Amino acid sequence: MTDASQMTNGGSTPPLAIELSAINKSFGDVHANRDVNLKVVSGHIHGIIGENGAGKSTLVSILYGFYAADNGLISIHCQTTTIRNSADAIGKGIGMVHQHFMLVPNFTVLENVMLGHEGSLSVEASAQKARNVLNKLSEDFGLAVDPDMIVENLPVGLQQRVEILKALFRGAEILILDEPTGVLTPQETVQLFDILRALREQGVTILLITHKLKEIMAITDDVSVMRGGEMVAHLETAQTSPAELAELMVGRKVLLEVDHTPAKPGVPVLQAENLCLTTANGIDHLKDISLTLREGEIVGVAGVSGNGQSELLDVLSGITAPTSGSFHVGTSKITTQQPSDPSKLRRLGVAHVPEDRHKCGIILPFSAAESMILGYSGTDEQKQGWWLSPSTLKQNCSDRMQHFDIRPPLPSLASANFSGGNQQKIVLAREISAQPKLLLVGQPTRGVDIGAIEFIHKQLIALRNEGCAILLVSVELDEIMSLSDRILVMNNGQIVGELAREEADERQLGLMMAGIGAEDGITTSQMRAGS
Amino acid sequence: MSVPPALPRWADVGLIPLINVLAALIVSGVVVAIIGENPFEAMMVMIKGAFVYKGSLGYTLYYATNFIFTGLAVAVAFHAMLFNIGGEGQAYLGGLGAGLVCLMFDSMLPALVLIPLAIMASAGFGAVWGAIPGYLQAKRGSHIVITTIMFNFLAASIMVWLLAGRLKAPGQMSPETRSFSPNAELPFIHDIANALGMEIARSPLNLSFVVALLACVGIWVLIWRSRLGYAIRATGHSTHAAEYAGIPVSTIIIITMAISGGLAGMMAINEILGVQHRTILGFTSGYGFTGIAVALMGRNHPVGIVLASLLFGALYQGGAELDFEFSTITREMVLLIQGLIILFSGGLAYMFNRPLAHFLGFLLTPRNVRGGRRG
Repeated sequence: MTDASQMTNGGSTPPLAIELSAINKSFGDVHANRDVNLKVVSGHIHGIIGENGAGKSTLVSILYGFYAADNGLISIHCQTTTIRNSADAIGKGIGMVHQHFMLVPNFTVLENVMLGHEGSLSVEASAQKARNVLNKLSEDFGLAVDPDMIVENLPVGLQQRVEILKALFRGAEILILDEPTGVLTPQETVQLFDILRALREQGVTILLITHKLKEIMAITDDVSVMRGGEMVAHLETAQTSPAELAELMVGRKVLLEVDHTPAKPGVPVLQAENLCLTTANGIDHLKDISLTLREGEIVGVAGVSGNGQSELLDVLSGITAPTSGSFHVGTSKITTQQPSDPSKLRRLGVAHVPEDRHKCGIILPFSAAESMILGYSGTDEQKQGWWLSPSTLKQNCSDRMQHFDIRPPLPSLASANFSGGNQQKIVLAREISAQPKLLLVGQPTRGVDIGAIEFIHKQLIALRNEGCAILLVSVELDEIMSLSDRILVMNNGQIVGELAREEADERQLGLMMAGIGAEDGITTSQMRAGS
Repeated sequence: MSVPPALPRWADVGLIPLINVLAALIVSGVVVAIIGENPFEAMMVMIKGAFVYKGSLGYTLYYATNFIFTGLAVAVAFHAMLFNIGGEGQAYLGGLGAGLVCLMFDSMLPALVLIPLAIMASAGFGAVWGAIPGYLQAKRGSHIVITTIMFNFLAASIMVWLLAGRLKAPGQMSPETRSFSPNAELPFIHDIANALGMEIARSPLNLSFVVALLACVGIWVLIWRSRLGYAIRATGHSTHAAEYAGIPVSTIIIITMAISGGLAGMMAINEILGVQHRTILGFTSGYGFTGIAVALMGRNHPVGIVLASLLFGALYQGGAELDFEFSTITREMVLLIQGLIILFSGGLAYMFNRPLAHFLGFLLTPRNVRGGRRG
């Protein structure tokens, strides 16, 4: 990387904002970082990309003082330093925006930003000072936020902005962003990237941690690739391609396109008529949703997250009852008068891979064998009345672990100790093994590394070929487009359009997802261009 | 290093409670020394008073029986993430159930029918007294901690009202029922031993100790081997996951609180059927609350609860002996020592986790790796 960027800086040695040399960090037997070197040029946006578990988060945690490196050197602005804790890091001008925000939800923006800088007994004076600084920061960097808004009332994108302001307020010249777009809508992502560009113009150095190739290509100047705890490449973004990066990340050629044969749809499995869901305070989450799913087809639901897709899954899986409308699963009819619940629907052959596997899909302290029967603890094939036999559970689990390549193949290991991809495979193994007629899938590959994505996609296609109907909800358009036979687009609680697999392209879907407004359709080129 | 390595399970379950008890004993020793007694002597008296003197072991186990029931009650609720603070009231109502059955039927039913019936009544009354706050939590969102505390007061008031009124034995002044007929009495262990030809010192220890141990086995099977236990633990760890799985969360909360209340209610077997042979005012005397500390110390596992109950039983019995032997160590002093143990093993249960984890992490890391890190 450095050679390349030196050239871009006109031959003279560019000042380095961060230099890490030979950083090592082990957790027990796991060597999370192995002789990691990194040089980040001052004023650049530097991306670090790698699969889950490649050691990216460990590396930035060392830089921000959460962990101490076992050995190795850290230099900030060409001065060798030690960073013992986050206060040290802040003192050296390093700011961090975490994936999960560290904000007090019931405080105002101003109160959050000045947290820890309240001054003396009365906060008034320092609040006024902080307000002035905040206004100036907002102006300089185009980070418009009303300082008096309560943070929990702000959309996620603005909350993230508050996090960035917090870091700048503390004098950050180096900003670390850990998977910043994981929680953002495509529009918010574009806005974030605009902000990052503005920050770069003001001389802020940005370290962007992500596993999304698209984002690396769209915004970074340089990129470092991590794999298995090691730095495998430093590249200049302009000189590389997504395919090359993907190959470096996984260490082999990946098939990003799925082997997708034409569907042979059979009889309808799911028929929904005019499903509506309105909350007690009058917010419509679903408006007149009607759809049909047939045997042996995958129907993708595209949409910016928060447009009713999650609620649709909740209603169809029986977690939430619709406020009006009905749906048929096979010949059974579910209405508001005859509501259903998840266990009843499971008996009808409806399996569900939930959007949030940590919250719903598995129970983190449970053993893998126990998480493997979540939802089937009352109806599983053991038929032993009141009791659960641990040996059967374990046997069952280890069979599935082998079949779905879940690693490590230890049924008694706590679910929390598996990596994200393997946790998702546990959920998938459980739901697919139930031999469903209808599979509801939410965000099957969120936070999952490329190797596992490929595996999961293959499993879904195989299930479809066996005649299962699959409803796929995902915010990853690539995923929707490569897996679906038909694509439904949701916007504001409604299905606003349907496209056949052949007619769908990113631009077309983007337009539909945005309602009608053409300017909101998101593509890589738009992310790159900014708005 | 700011993040300690994870504590091995054996250390968490075995070492930490020991260290906590030791810390409490050291502080108690300091207090004893301050009032001018030799702490080691006092310690010896306590140990002898709890285990060595004639009949003392029986007393220790008799107290432990109460703690096993109330500790299990707290633990079961805790597996569903419910804090049942109402063991005291549930046990009290259990005593009412057992008492009513005995008062009504002790002249007509034989012991083999009457005693099981009375046990069921004590569990049933406790279960109802636990299930009502459970219902209020599940369906109305009233916090279980608040409602169970209030139900303790309700139970106390009901019992005073009944025992000083309707249930009071005619023609006597004290607020208690008449004594039950002998076929309502659970046999004492020393009587059973005598019948088998063994000589054991007299103590209040009775068959309910065996019932308590059976309850431990039952609860272990329920929590870790049954579908209901799976549902209880799933609900406790993640309500969202339980809802996703189709587990009826509200029903599970009510059932769990009924089981928990039933266990607390069964404490009355020991006191009412085993020892008092009548229902009296205030027989629960704080065992329900101490059950919280027992469950905390026993890590909500039946084996841990039996061990913690033994410790608290020994404290109660040895403490009484201490009060008897030393003129300077009063009943209040003994309460202080018990309080310190509860504080260290309950309230400060996790205080030594981090230092111990760091220490063990250092100790268990092979030496060559340590050397390598420095270089």
